[in-house]
Amino acid sequence: MSSDYEYSDDDGDYYDEDELMDQDDQVANHSADSAPSEEEMDIDAFDLPTKGKQKSYHIESTTLSKHDLERAMDENIEYIAGIFGIEPEVASILLRHFEWNKEKLTEKYVDNPTGINAEAGVSAKPNPPRSTTSGSSRSTRRTTPASSRSKKSLSVEGPFVCPICFDDTQTRTLALACSHKFCTECWTAYATNKIRSEGEFKTTCMAEECTLVATDSFIQSVLATDLPTFDRFKELLARHFVSCNRKLKFCPYPECAQTVSCPAAASKFALTTIIPIVNCGDEKHKFCFACPIEDDHRPLICSVSKLWTQKCRDDSETANWIKSNTKECSKCQSTIEKDGGCNHMTCKKCKYEFCWVCMGPWSEHGTAWYSCNRFDEKESVEARDAQSKSRASLERYLHYYNRWANHEQSAKLSMDLYAKTEKKMEEMQLTSALTWIEVQFMKKAVDEVFRCRMTLKWTYAMAYYLQKGNEKELFEDNQRDLEKAVEDLSELLEQPIDTETIGALRQKVTDKTVYVQKRNEIVLEDSAQGYLEGRWKWNTPVEGFD
Amino acid sequence: MALAHTRRLNKELAEIHAGTPVGINLVNADTFEKWLFTIEVMGTSEYEAKKFLLMFRFDNTYPISAPAVQFVVDDTHKAPVHPHVYSNGHICASILGREGWSPVLTVIAVCITIQSMLASCKKKEPPLDNDRYVPRAPENPKKVSISLMVSPLLA
Repeated sequence: MSSDYEYSDDDGDYYDEDELMDQDDQVANHSADSAPSEEEMDIDAFDLPTKGKQKSYHIESTTLSKHDLERAMDENIEYIAGIFGIEPEVASILLRHFEWNKEKLTEKYVDNPTGINAEAGVSAKPNPPRSTTSGSSRSTRRTTPASSRSKKSLSVEGPFVCPICFDDTQTRTLALACSHKFCTECWTAYATNKIRSEGEFKTTCMAEECTLVATDSFIQSVLATDLPTFDRFKELLARHFVSCNRKLKFCPYPECAQTVSCPAAASKFALTTIIPIVNCGDEKHKFCFACPIEDDHRPLICSVSKLWTQKCRDDSETANWIKSNTKECSKCQSTIEKDGGCNHMTCKKCKYEFCWVCMGPWSEHGTAWYSCNRFDEKESVEARDAQSKSRASLERYLHYYNRWANHEQSAKLSMDLYAKTEKKMEEMQLTSALTWIEVQFMKKAVDEVFRCRMTLKWTYAMAYYLQKGNEKELFEDNQRDLEKAVEDLSELLEQPIDTETIGALRQKVTDKTVYVQKRNEIVLEDSAQGYLEGRWKWNTPVEGFD
Repeated sequence: MALAHTRRLNKELAEIHAGTPVGINLVNADTFEKWLFTIEVMGTSEYEAKKFLLMFRFDNTYPISAPAVQFVVDDTHKAPVHPHVYSNGHICASILGREGWSPVLTVIAVCITIQSMLASCKKKEPPLDNDRYVPRAPENPKKVSISLMVSPLLA
């Protein structure tokens, strides 16, 4: 939902003036078109709270097609080829070797072109690494007299025999600049194996310890009859290019070939103030540019979201179990699980004897072994106080966790509900005078509820980590308002639909949807502003914050 | 490649029958799926007078990709204790991996590499991560994910 009115940061000073002008535009539009259609109304609704203003929570990104990406790679290659007067294919191999770091490559290449060429596999190593101290191989490979002997026996004089497949009927052979000749079929099988099975774009010469890298045109000629594999090769190259560039990321949705460029999220520091939720052009392909949580985790920044998901993964089930099955020893605070029927507990650790029911010391129980009617005794009250204090942090976590989980669950349920509603709507369209556009209000409402529940979900994770204070209270006020609005709308969605009342229902749902949307924007906008202003303080150490 | 695979193994087998390096002996090569060799380290070494059984398994990607090679560990055979050999017989050697394998390498070349790997061993100890690796390792060493076999290379 990018706004039509976009400003660069520099324009901030003239802001109010522009906003006024926009509103004038808006008015003019409406008077010109006296009966705005449903669709136009909804577009307006999107812009409601911050009309004509770029929202702080909206992070700029652009989408690159496969073709754009290839062009970006070519630009880099041409740049390097131009500087050093080398073939683009060579420049390309050098760039891959330097993980597409032009500056580093330029610097090193100026110093020692021969060394770099050998290192990157552009030219054969001057002295084949026969020495025992080849720094790069941490391996157990050893050059042995026998392996050179076997090599000798493999390459007999006379008609060419491929040293790999021993086929002497092969007439077509190929070799890289190192002149290690092999039959075309073996080359094809080797390149295919590298690309298909190993997912590797770098194919070196097949000869032992030869590090020369096959050029792209060599690969192409070898895979001439297998275009899909050559395409896969190009894809591997593109993936490598993207993985080396912090500003780029592939759309994580399956089968999607788009790449997203988001320069704002390229630095780690920026991630303490922005949440780079982007999409690849397809609204449904929404993802976080900076972290592997595929959800839209606004309004909580990546690093804290990560803390939360980690905590939930580690703790939530365990915490629930501890809460319902254990108590703490009133003396040493060890967590105790009751595994027998008797209420007379003896702490394994400190040997303290107490009553499971009232938590008071057992000594006061006299002979009432199996029942406890001493709930109000002073000592047991104190013991339970201590107990509840130690439980408070667990309770606190579960408070936030359960709400977090509940919004997720509810969001799913509302989608299920919609599936049923949709059918009904289609029927109504056939049986009543309603048009297709008029029955779309449910879809819009459900989508909005889903979006808002995602926001709400993460507001609970955020609130868990926010430091107590006015800022947190204001945040929770916004959260409460959104939650209330969302619950109201959700309830409306569950109302029975029939032809008589649909008109009224539609009005109600549409109004509420607009309101909910506004509340969601307020939460997102305020939290995004809060990051920019440094308003949010955490109750736990967070990377990038003091 | 199936034809090339058979032709290649046939050729290698013919060479093996003509003679193998000292300390390396063919035990069984009845099929083109599995070959067995005994490996002995000649001269003075940590493994003096010990014989190990080495198993090669080939799929039809051989020799384009490396064979699966491991020491046999059963009631009568043990894997050598070596920083690059896990107690289940799996071997960590670069020539058996994607990066280090070259299709011109042969079964005998692999045997020699492993023989010299044993010969040059100065201290008999298992890989650092042996206890972590062995319970999680698949039966076939070629199916190991790279991340699992890591510490011997650093050791």
